[in-house]
Amino acid sequence: MMPQLQENKTDKVMTKNSVYSVYPKKVKFQITIIFAIVFSIYFYSLRETEADFLEFFSELNLIFEKLLRMFPPEWSYIQAAIDPLIETIQIAVVATTFSVLICIPMSLLSANTIVKNKYLYQTFRNIMNILRTMPDILLATIFVSFFGIGIVPGILALTIFSLGLLAKLLSETIETIDPRQMEAIRSTGGNIIQVIWYGVVPQVLPNFISYGLYVFELNVRASLVLGFVGAGGIGSIIDTQLNFMQYQKVMAVLILLLVAVIVIETISNALRRRVV
Amino acid sequence: MMNNEFKLPPKPKSNRKRVRNLIIALILVVIYYWAFSGVLSRIDWSFVNKLSDNLTRIVPRLANPDWAEIGKVTELIFETVFIAYAGTLIAAVLAVPFGFWAAGNMVKSPIWNTFGKWFLILDRTFPELILAIFFVISVGPGAFAGVLTIGLTSFGMLGKLYAEVIESIDMDVVEAMEANGANKVQILFYAIFPQVLPEFLSFALYRFEVDIRASTVLGLVGAGGIGTLIVLTAANRDWEQLGLIIISIIVVVMIIDYISTKIRKRLV
Repeated sequence: MMPQLQENKTDKVMTKNSVYSVYPKKVKFQITIIFAIVFSIYFYSLRETEADFLEFFSELNLIFEKLLRMFPPEWSYIQAAIDPLIETIQIAVVATTFSVLICIPMSLLSANTIVKNKYLYQTFRNIMNILRTMPDILLATIFVSFFGIGIVPGILALTIFSLGLLAKLLSETIETIDPRQMEAIRSTGGNIIQVIWYGVVPQVLPNFISYGLYVFELNVRASLVLGFVGAGGIGSIIDTQLNFMQYQKVMAVLILLLVAVIVIETISNALRRRVV
Repeated sequence: MMNNEFKLPPKPKSNRKRVRNLIIALILVVIYYWAFSGVLSRIDWSFVNKLSDNLTRIVPRLANPDWAEIGKVTELIFETVFIAYAGTLIAAVLAVPFGFWAAGNMVKSPIWNTFGKWFLILDRTFPELILAIFFVISVGPGAFAGVLTIGLTSFGMLGKLYAEVIESIDMDVVEAMEANGANKVQILFYAIFPQVLPEFLSFALYRFEVDIRASTVLGLVGAGGIGTLIVLTAANRDWEQLGLIIISIIVVVMIIDYISTKIRKRLV
């Protein structure tokens, strides 16, 4: 008994005196440098954006006071917001449909399992990448300047905005499918259409529907932006009421919009769970 | 005769499935009829006459950017990037405790865990612009409102992604350390963080890419960034400057996407 006890004691002393880590020194050094860089950029950007968290927390009561100007919401204004909301949802449905239809050929052309010509699919991939860099507000502004104020520029902006995203998601899915099914159909003499229809479509269809629903949700949210630049939808009345400082009306519209977003997302989640 | 012999047997069909598909198709037709007829009745077709005129007038000016304004534009684009950076970093740090709260294998009580999940879902339902309006009204217009908006919207998404990462870790390591008598802090630093940190960072970087696009929109309600300038330029019909903005946004976003993709590939 005695020697064992002693051993235990010395063990404890050992671990207390010599603290050693599982991480090698080089990794520790690298992580320290990375964290230093990350936080120095952070503090610089806080200065650039004039973000003052101390002031924010010390004046929290003032901020709540200002926020209280939005309450109680003016419920009677909801009646005026119903029609723009319907317009918003209709724009989102139409834009999603267009982008889903256009993205099928685009994603087939930018998937390297379908198109063997390296230059062809690289070209299409680059077009998609450039499309995706454009924020929705920029697209909407450009189209409003081309087509004038109305819902046409809104539909076009959302279509192109979601097209870049959808084509990327879908072409990545097409690239990860099982190529043996395509090969089997090709080896029995199927042409390219038959290869796609029987070899690709059954494998990507569940994902495709799920992406379509996801983009629809995004479009409902994004179409809020459109109204601010004159491209139709519920954003325009929010913009007007904000400019008139009618915060209680804004609050009513925002609550209506939030309810609509929640309902649409619940439905689309239920559909997605069935499909995938 | 020969043909009949090689015919495939007919596919089994279930009536329930057929009825279900029919109902789905019917609902879709109704939705599409409602949406397209609504949109068609709302379209003002007079734009068709003006379109070619507008195109010939605006496109050459867009393609001929006004380089004299490059200083102002880059300053605002950097402000946009800084808003996204500060917001994403706040969200990336704040999402860690909430990710643990919403991860099923870290919280013992399932009810408490469900609360964590709901909290993150609630945060994700708010569209960015709604939050931006709240913040502009409460803290006043400026880039700080944008930082708060980006931080709060990204935090819900990152929390959910973090929780999924934490749920997929190897719990044997945690158990081994518990068996050795390690305390909670030691388990966190030596068993959990090494497994999850690379993926946490990768998701945060991805979110940074998304947030740069998101923070361009914030200017619409006065929450800082290049959005205000985009709207102003279009309202002033200063198409040369808009052309410059388009080019600079594409270049900056592509550079950042490229760097972030490179880092993410090395991380995971």
